[in-house]
Amino acid sequence: MSAEVLPYTVKPHPVTGLYNGKFGIWLFLASEVMLFGALFSTYVFLRMGAPETGPTAWPTGEETHLNWMLGGLNTLILILSSVTMVLAWVQFKMDNFAKGRIYLIITAILAIAFVAIKFKFEYAHKFHMDIYPKTSVFFAIYYTMTGLHAIHIIGGVVVICYFIGPGAKLWEENREYYTNRIECTGLYWHFVDLVWIFLFPILYLL
Amino acid sequence: MSDAHADVSKHVKTYIAVFATLATLTVITVWASTWHFSHPVAIAVALAIASVKATLVATIFMHLKWEKAGNIWFVIALTAVFFVFLVTIPSLVHSDKPMGTVFTSWG
Repeated sequence: MSAEVLPYTVKPHPVTGLYNGKFGIWLFLASEVMLFGALFSTYVFLRMGAPETGPTAWPTGEETHLNWMLGGLNTLILILSSVTMVLAWVQFKMDNFAKGRIYLIITAILAIAFVAIKFKFEYAHKFHMDIYPKTSVFFAIYYTMTGLHAIHIIGGVVVICYFIGPGAKLWEENREYYTNRIECTGLYWHFVDLVWIFLFPILYLL
Repeated sequence: MSDAHADVSKHVKTYIAVFATLATLTVITVWASTWHFSHPVAIAVALAIASVKATLVATIFMHLKWEKAGNIWFVIALTAVFFVFLVTIPSLVHSDKPMGTVFTSWG
């Protein structure tokens, strides 16, 4: 299969001014904003409708049973993974494949650490305390938003691992194309980080 | 190519500085949540810090600062308009209720 099958993988498209992958990922991110936006909107709606006091009042602080230290640690892990992702792209851009791949591996490890903390220490602890989505309105939206976000992290890990492993063959054939695909992966990855930046305070702190 | 190399390698310091800023702002967010503000103020402070962090991620890590293609800006502007519309829908509950409806919280 020749590279001509997919046009404008490296050179910018004359109409959009971007290579096609980048334009595509930005359109995809726009749809992602609407997906998460609907859930943020739901959160606002549920929180506004919750009574001030009583058993169905919106829980805050310790009432949520959420550990802000674990949430904060995961925030730092994701921020760090964003840096390693962008540094991987820098290395590929500078023709340094070996270093770039190491940064990708670090990114994947950090992402797996995030998911491990989320499932092993947070969700497992909640299930142990008999806290499920049906427990309260707060936990329904908590599990929905963090669950959807965790699925995005897992999806990102799969893509990053692909580019560490079998997808790396592309580097031999077309370095710029490979570097561009890493840039698109990075754009997605930073977006997932950006969503968590909002999820952390609204669920863990407020 | 060498110009491009110099360009991206110059950004590395910026990326590290942004990471340090994001980490500091995360600590400040947690610290601010212990200040016992009234609830609306606490929400405003937390969302303001989160917005600063999100802007840093979008402009530096997602390269929007160096992005010249107008189409990306068009996509973002359009998304922003719809996003604002989406998150303001809940407030319509208070202003556009059928006559005779008494708005109460559910429980």
